[in-house]
Amino acid sequence: MSTAAVLSAPAVHSLWTTAAEPVDKIPAPTIEYAQLAPILIVVGAAVLGILLEAFVPRRARYHAQLFLAVVGLAAAFAATVGLAASGHASTQARIAAMGAIAVDGPALFLQGTILLTALVAVFTFAERRLDPAHHGHRVDSFAAEAAAVPGSEHEKSAVKAGFTTTEVFPLALFAVAGMLVFPAANDLLTLFIALEVFSLPLYLLCAVARRKRLMSQEAAVKYFLLGAFSSAFLLFGIALLYGYAGSVSYARIADVVDGAVTDVDPALASTMGNDVLLLIGFALLLTGLLFKVGAVPFHMWTPDVYQGAPTPVTGFTAAATKVAAFGAMLRLLYVVLPGLTWDWRPVMWGVAIVTMLGGAVVAITQTDIKRLLAYSSIAHAGFILAGVIAATPEGVSSVLFYLAAYSFVTIGAFAVVTLVRDAGGEATHLSQWAGLGRRSPLVAAVFAVFLLAFAGIPLTSGFSGKFAVFKAAAEGGAGALVVVGVIASAIAAFFYIRVIVLMFFSEPKPEGPTVAVPSPLTMTAIGVGVAVTLVLGLAPQYFLDLAGSAGTFVR
Amino acid sequence: MENLIALLVAAPLLGAAVLLCGGRRLDRYGHLLGTVLAAASFVIGAVLFFDMLGRGAEERALYQTLFAWVPVEGFQANIAFQLDQLSMTFVLLISGVGTLIHVYSIGYMEHDERRRRFFGYLNLFLAAMLLLVLADNYLLLYFGWEGVGLASYLLIGFWQHKPSAATAAKKAFLVNRVGDIGLSIAIMLMFTTFGTFTFGPVFQELDGAGEGTLNAIALMLLLAACGKSAQVPLQSWLGDAMEGPTPVSALIHAATMVTAGVYLITRSGAIFNAAPDAQLVVVVVGAVTLLFGAIVGCAKDDIKKALAGSTMSQIGYMVLAAGLGPIGYVFAIMHLVTHGFFKAGLFLGAGSVMHAMNDEVDMRKYGGLRKYMPVTFVTFGLGYLAIIGFPGLSGFWSKDKIIEAAFAKGGAEGWILGAVTLLGAGITAYYMTRVMLMTFFGEKRWQPAPAADAATDVEPSADHHPGELPHPHESPKSMTVPMIVLAFGSVFAGALFSFNSSFVHWLEPVTRFEHGHPPVGAAVITTATVVVLLIGAGIAYAQYGRKPVPVTAPRGSLLTRAARRDLLQDDFNHVVLVRGGEHLTRSLVYLDHSLVDGVVNGTAASVGGLSGRLRKLQNGFARSYALSMFGGTAVLIAATLLMRGV
Repeated sequence: MSTAAVLSAPAVHSLWTTAAEPVDKIPAPTIEYAQLAPILIVVGAAVLGILLEAFVPRRARYHAQLFLAVVGLAAAFAATVGLAASGHASTQARIAAMGAIAVDGPALFLQGTILLTALVAVFTFAERRLDPAHHGHRVDSFAAEAAAVPGSEHEKSAVKAGFTTTEVFPLALFAVAGMLVFPAANDLLTLFIALEVFSLPLYLLCAVARRKRLMSQEAAVKYFLLGAFSSAFLLFGIALLYGYAGSVSYARIADVVDGAVTDVDPALASTMGNDVLLLIGFALLLTGLLFKVGAVPFHMWTPDVYQGAPTPVTGFTAAATKVAAFGAMLRLLYVVLPGLTWDWRPVMWGVAIVTMLGGAVVAITQTDIKRLLAYSSIAHAGFILAGVIAATPEGVSSVLFYLAAYSFVTIGAFAVVTLVRDAGGEATHLSQWAGLGRRSPLVAAVFAVFLLAFAGIPLTSGFSGKFAVFKAAAEGGAGALVVVGVIASAIAAFFYIRVIVLMFFSEPKPEGPTVAVPSPLTMTAIGVGVAVTLVLGLAPQYFLDLAGSAGTFVR
Repeated sequence: MENLIALLVAAPLLGAAVLLCGGRRLDRYGHLLGTVLAAASFVIGAVLFFDMLGRGAEERALYQTLFAWVPVEGFQANIAFQLDQLSMTFVLLISGVGTLIHVYSIGYMEHDERRRRFFGYLNLFLAAMLLLVLADNYLLLYFGWEGVGLASYLLIGFWQHKPSAATAAKKAFLVNRVGDIGLSIAIMLMFTTFGTFTFGPVFQELDGAGEGTLNAIALMLLLAACGKSAQVPLQSWLGDAMEGPTPVSALIHAATMVTAGVYLITRSGAIFNAAPDAQLVVVVVGAVTLLFGAIVGCAKDDIKKALAGSTMSQIGYMVLAAGLGPIGYVFAIMHLVTHGFFKAGLFLGAGSVMHAMNDEVDMRKYGGLRKYMPVTFVTFGLGYLAIIGFPGLSGFWSKDKIIEAAFAKGGAEGWILGAVTLLGAGITAYYMTRVMLMTFFGEKRWQPAPAADAATDVEPSADHHPGELPHPHESPKSMTVPMIVLAFGSVFAGALFSFNSSFVHWLEPVTRFEHGHPPVGAAVITTATVVVLLIGAGIAYAQYGRKPVPVTAPRGSLLTRAARRDLLQDDFNHVVLVRGGEHLTRSLVYLDHSLVDGVVNGTAASVGGLSGRLRKLQNGFARSYALSMFGGTAVLIAATLLMRGV
């Protein structure tokens, strides 16, 4: 609670006095285990994974961890579907865990998306056939021993001994658990805890690349520093909002914003209802979330981290973080601050515009495929913001749909990136992709599908999503934003198509990279990506309806 | 009964599908199947006709809606048919003449190894043409309209190994595109004006539209009619279309498809009646084409091209009549039907002659054939008498009525139009007598057949013996029987239609009819017509009957030479449209390169430059990133506070 020092003095006083109340007045907490099952299963699997790491022999760990992760995620997904099927997404929506976590349509939809995305990502984590075996040991994308100094004797001996960093699986599970809570968090403290729970494992995961280790570690440090910076903003914002409302509960803050609360906490009498606190607190809170989704000008970490992190981690981060963070942003804006729409909309307009244009424009001059995809993800964050700004139920469901569509395209695209390799590992420079379509037509075609989906070409999920978001934005009175969005899409189409042209219409380089034949794991990931992309592109109606029926927040 | 309507189209459509998809195993029976299905269509048509006769004049129309084609709110396009007296007339003409020509083609195409495909195309044409005349809305009509265009293209270019045939097919297709654009624009105008393109509702809501709109719609419909019916200025394709096999020329480019324009104008009569300016243009187009085609027909030595000029001219009569409004619609259609008989008969006769003469088409190399081909001579002769309007035969009844209606237009217009139609009748008599004399009378001017060469313009034929003089003989039964049947039509149809004004009563409920009152008595006009045609025939006799016909054409007068070149239509098109188009294209390309590309590339360059500069902000230092975040947050807070004005 050292960060609590930033709170204003009366607030601190209030906290202390609350804690000093007699013990018998604390009500026994009630936990609805069934309704929290998806989160609990994933957390349980993650804890179990740590135990496996400690007790299972080294050579059995990979299989045990993979099995545990897949089963845990699948079980959590089944639990999510079960909750949705039993009406928790609509009529039975409620707030569980003493008001900390919402179990409603958007939460379950996003949790389902995150779990499926994570499941696919775990497949790419487990891929061990892309690189030739080292000293008779199969290797994946992760360092033999992450703690060893790059290039040291220690590292060499670890490689020789065939060590692998199987900790990535429990780390990923912890991140997933945090992401599941993030969009469902129903008070600001839970929001903050969830943010940290999913961020810290991601920082670690970014640092454990097997090749280009220094770059990977640099990326992780940058991500950590900037992430901590943004967390501080977020936390400060939480403190100010507490000062304003006298509570961290979403519902209570919303009531204060609406002026429905008349009883003023005497300890907070000087700050409660002060709109300046509300507005600054809200802006800081937003900063923290905009950082996570990678919106301009809080996006600068994105290209460096995307490029430096192990590519499977990049795919996972790019897809799942965006889902979780946009989910949290939706809940915040639609549940806590609907009364403040006229305050946040103009600001978000500006952010959305610079994000769409900034991402698209800077992507044009990128020469590295991972950085290119990073800027593309920034532009997409802008498109999604357009749907958020709609401030209508259609806006919510369009964003949900877009997130589902986008996350599978992203994971698939990064999975393809892992396949194109030369002697130095992944060949990510664009010039190395020249003529790929001649050498490996199938891989190039699959990647082309993903690029077309990114560009929002019809018959792909990208089009359905973009159309839904822009439609909602236009109907929500943000027509000008849609115009900017379409212009940005046009700019973005340039660099997507350029990669396709490069792959299919350029002469292959004689020393160019080869395409590794992956195991069924990566094939599954890519296959799922293509399938979802095409299904959501060709027959989106069912999923649009699903997202539409999941568009109501519980309060 | 109305459920039978779809079968009219379905039968030949089935034939086309089977014949075109069936492959070689159908080669032996394919032509019979095609003929049977065409005949089936005719039989169904006849059943429907007698059923229709059994009902009162105003209850004769039948409607059938098959399914909603494009069921969108505010845009209802149905596959729906309307069979009224006008459609019925066409159905019987198309399927009847169509069946005869199928029979004829069995003999004519006997030695062509792609005969099955030929019959498939013929069936396709029948289906499309029947769809065209049965549609109850303009969109479906357009569908059929394009379908006959396609069939026409395929059949003109049927002997695609001949470059001239391929070129002619392409030319017909391109010129027709121009007309088709007119039809599509007309449909769009209708939709925006009336919100529908179904005949009934459109014609009922005409009052709601301004005369300017109606004129625009009518002129666009006229453009379409000009393209399909080879009227000036879109007439240039018809002469070249004679590159197709002769049965095709008879069916498509004489009897049926080229008359679709007349159908379109008559069907849209309500629109034209409400658009007098456009109607005047229709009359002018008809009058000009009438003379244009007749003059071209006078100069051609190629028997089919002479007949093609004649077709153009006769359709000019029909268009002129249709442009006269309610006093002319009925006679336009009546002439259309009689023309269908005698012109199809004449073409089949020409085909029979060519069949006998090593596929020679130059009439200067015919002569004296009447002894060798008696059946062809008689049927062709009856067709000849019918087309020049010899009293008592079909053409006399129908053409005379058009001339009367032209005079009845009234005022100076009436006199001018009357004079033009009379003059046309005279020229018709002249060029048809010329064809008759050069082909069947006089001395034999036969020439040895040219050496067989795959690349030459020679139709494949078993009778083709290079280097020998032709041995003319009568054609087989399958060819002569249809000619005889058509000759009956040429002789009696007109009288039948005119007896008791039966045709007028038949069509009146659809097209409406007003009695025209010519400034002079009908008897005077009839007499004048007969006199004029005798003069025309007499001049021809003086030139071609009493003097020997030279085998090589004399140089001729300026007009003759121009007429041989189709009155310079292609030269005109080349200079004005082709060259003009090339210049336009070149200047547009220049504009595209300099202006459009300049703007596009300039935009791209500036976006790229911006991208390069923005990219420098991404310098890799976490401290600058943090500064950017900090600045962003400051701006965000400031903006939020500013919005509230706190």
